[in-house]
Amino acid sequence: MARLSMVEAIRDALDCKMAEDTRVVVFGEDVGYFGGVFRCTEGLQRKYGRSRCFDAPINESGIVGVAIGMGVYGLRPVAEIQFADYFYPAYDQIVSEAARLRYRSGGEFSAPIVVRMPCGGGIYGGQTHSQSPEALLTHVCGIKTVIPSNPHDAKGLLIAAIEDDDPVIVLEPKRLYNGPFSGHPDQPSVAWSKHPLGEVPAGRYVVPLGKAAVRREGRAVTVLCYGTMVHVAEAAASETGVDAEILDLRSLIPLDVDAIQASVEKTGRCVIVHEATLTSGFGAELAAQVMERCFYALEAPILRVAGWDTPYPHAEEWDYFPGPERVGRALLEALEA
Amino acid sequence: MAAVPRLSLHVPEPTVRPGGRPDFSHVGVAPAGEARRPPVDVDPAEIRDLAFSLIRVLDEKGDAVGPWAAALTPQQLRQGLRDMLLTRAYDARMVLSQRQGKTSFYIQCLGEEAIACAHRKALEPGDMCFPTYRQQGLLIAAGWPLVDMMCSVFSNEKDRLKGRQLAGLYSAKEAGFFSVSGNLGTQYPQAVGWAMASAIAGDTRIASAWIGDGSTAESDFHAALVFASVYRPPVILNVVNNQWAISSYQGIAGGESTKFAARAHGFGLPSLRVDGNDYLAVYAVSCWAEERARANLGPTLIEWITYRAGAHSTSDDPSKYRPKDEGAAWPLGDPVERLKLHLIRRGEWSEERDRQMRAEVDAEVLEAAREAESYGTLHEGPKPSSASMFEDVYKEMPRHLREQRQQLGV
Ligand SMILES: Cc1ncc(C[n+]2csc(CCOP(=O)(O)OP(=O)(O)O)c2C)c(N)n1
Ligand SMILES: [Mg+2]
Repeated sequence: MARLSMVEAIRDALDCKMAEDTRVVVFGEDVGYFGGVFRCTEGLQRKYGRSRCFDAPINESGIVGVAIGMGVYGLRPVAEIQFADYFYPAYDQIVSEAARLRYRSGGEFSAPIVVRMPCGGGIYGGQTHSQSPEALLTHVCGIKTVIPSNPHDAKGLLIAAIEDDDPVIVLEPKRLYNGPFSGHPDQPSVAWSKHPLGEVPAGRYVVPLGKAAVRREGRAVTVLCYGTMVHVAEAAASETGVDAEILDLRSLIPLDVDAIQASVEKTGRCVIVHEATLTSGFGAELAAQVMERCFYALEAPILRVAGWDTPYPHAEEWDYFPGPERVGRALLEALEA
Repeated sequence: MAAVPRLSLHVPEPTVRPGGRPDFSHVGVAPAGEARRPPVDVDPAEIRDLAFSLIRVLDEKGDAVGPWAAALTPQQLRQGLRDMLLTRAYDARMVLSQRQGKTSFYIQCLGEEAIACAHRKALEPGDMCFPTYRQQGLLIAAGWPLVDMMCSVFSNEKDRLKGRQLAGLYSAKEAGFFSVSGNLGTQYPQAVGWAMASAIAGDTRIASAWIGDGSTAESDFHAALVFASVYRPPVILNVVNNQWAISSYQGIAGGESTKFAARAHGFGLPSLRVDGNDYLAVYAVSCWAEERARANLGPTLIEWITYRAGAHSTSDDPSKYRPKDEGAAWPLGDPVERLKLHLIRRGEWSEERDRQMRAEVDAEVLEAAREAESYGTLHEGPKPSSASMFEDVYKEMPRHLREQRQQLGV
């Protein structure tokens, strides 16, 4: 099995689907000749030609709008938004159009599109290269939202997203593109080649939408997290010595409520971690799900660790980022109750 | 029955990529002095050709020719040269600072200095620019302190933006410089709105909007033009066509089938296409648009033709998508060298004075950098306080943010 970075795994997924399915087309800003500012589409234009992998004008609304049109025609477009921070101009096309097309046409039309967007911070990107807008997507019925935490899942989820008949947003934590990240900026960076989940099988495979993965088994407390925070939670567990069970949700909508319930019923405690701002974040939905499903198994209040309710700062990045120290404190607090 | 031909998708592609011979035939370089200068109250329908020609003042020999040759005094020209040199030296220092880890990122405007520097001189105090990240020349030509700009680049203790912004996303209200957004195009309708407000209020101030060639593709560009066309507010609509939008050439933004200047025609707005590396042309055309706006004659769109001589940003490597020697083949030359030549032709400048001026601006930048660095850089020295992160989200800090600040323990 090959060891790939997350960038390479994403490229491999696109390559694999483009090879086996001529309906798959890939486009976005700087995506064609250059191969994307993060290099996720490098080489695809050379291999599949300009009409299957091309540059788009800088118009995110247009990018998603034409993707919908292509999907309606019968193609499987995979559009890239250069940074999740720039998808807002496309929000109307996503919310009012892609998400509701099947419903409003009684199943006659649908938008089997994939929109990929790098998200999250930890790269000194300031407020316009660091955001985690998942809650703005999970709140919309009719679209699915997934977020991998490693190369293996990035490839499997992207293939599943392309094969899915509904619109799927793939959020790609850019801090993880080239290696896992524990949340300690001062520690030397590690490559995916040193990580077991950097092992990526060749050819087609899927990580099914709606299936969480247990990253660390434990008995003391359940940590619900996704994306970069999976690695931060792992670091927090090992640094505090708390026997946490870390659930990598991978898919936010559909959500693996069975896995959540099974784990919280086992541990009786729950800490929810995300990088996005706290208020009305996806953590609020998770907390409600846990309450509704596991109330009688809970031995402590559910805790949330999240980004502060401010725009993402530049210089104060590490005061903002919910790092292992803050997560670790929450783990200990959950045990105390 | 005749066979129906199969369709195929047209995807624009530049004529050259790395390894190829640079080709700028599409620029359509016209002789200096050729384009006419219409009166400011001209009917836009009568100057549609000026969106396809190229207004130029400085010819190859360095003489100022034709109807747009503005009456700039030697002192004004020397000041223009100094503004451009200072902008260039400032950029060079900030690029170096980024390499040294003093900031995370930087965007220079190498090769495009004349546009912002000369345009600024056509505006009055109180006018408001809505710039992109590549118009630092507006601030420098306004005499804004370099130290203040650097503090923002370094996100240090004296950064008025409290360490929140990436380098280059300045805000300087006093200098008529609106807070730069990282989201492309958003400032364009905002500039139109500011100009509408000035008209509503019966004011005399005008707005100047800025956008790159690539970003004209954004819906906000078109929204701005429709409002500008409907309400005819006092706004100058600048489009800086530096040939590239990161790796994508202007054909992708829609410039293959027309000129960006011609975008204005569908809205009935007057539009001019101008040599942006010609300080005199930039100044003259900016004054023309300024006069129109001030006289309540409405908006003007100007496409400035220039070349992004450097990388898109410090995160970019242009050798991956354009020929390495492309810049050398750029037909409109370098704005600094062209103005210098003009001054020398007029007997108002010499190689010796030029060397002196360069040494002077280098020293000025160095001194400013030393001072700014003494207030901290991104990873060293004094920083904005962590508590300040929670300020300015709202005018009054709401309870939930006070609680979060306490949780952070600051
Ligand atoms: C809404 C939005 N989409 C995408 C980006 C990413 N981006 C930053 S600069 C840039 C290219 C802009 O090119 P152009 O408008 O020609 O300006 P230039 O950089 O050449 O000055 C892109 C795509 C962004 N900042 N905002
Ligand atoms: Mg450009």
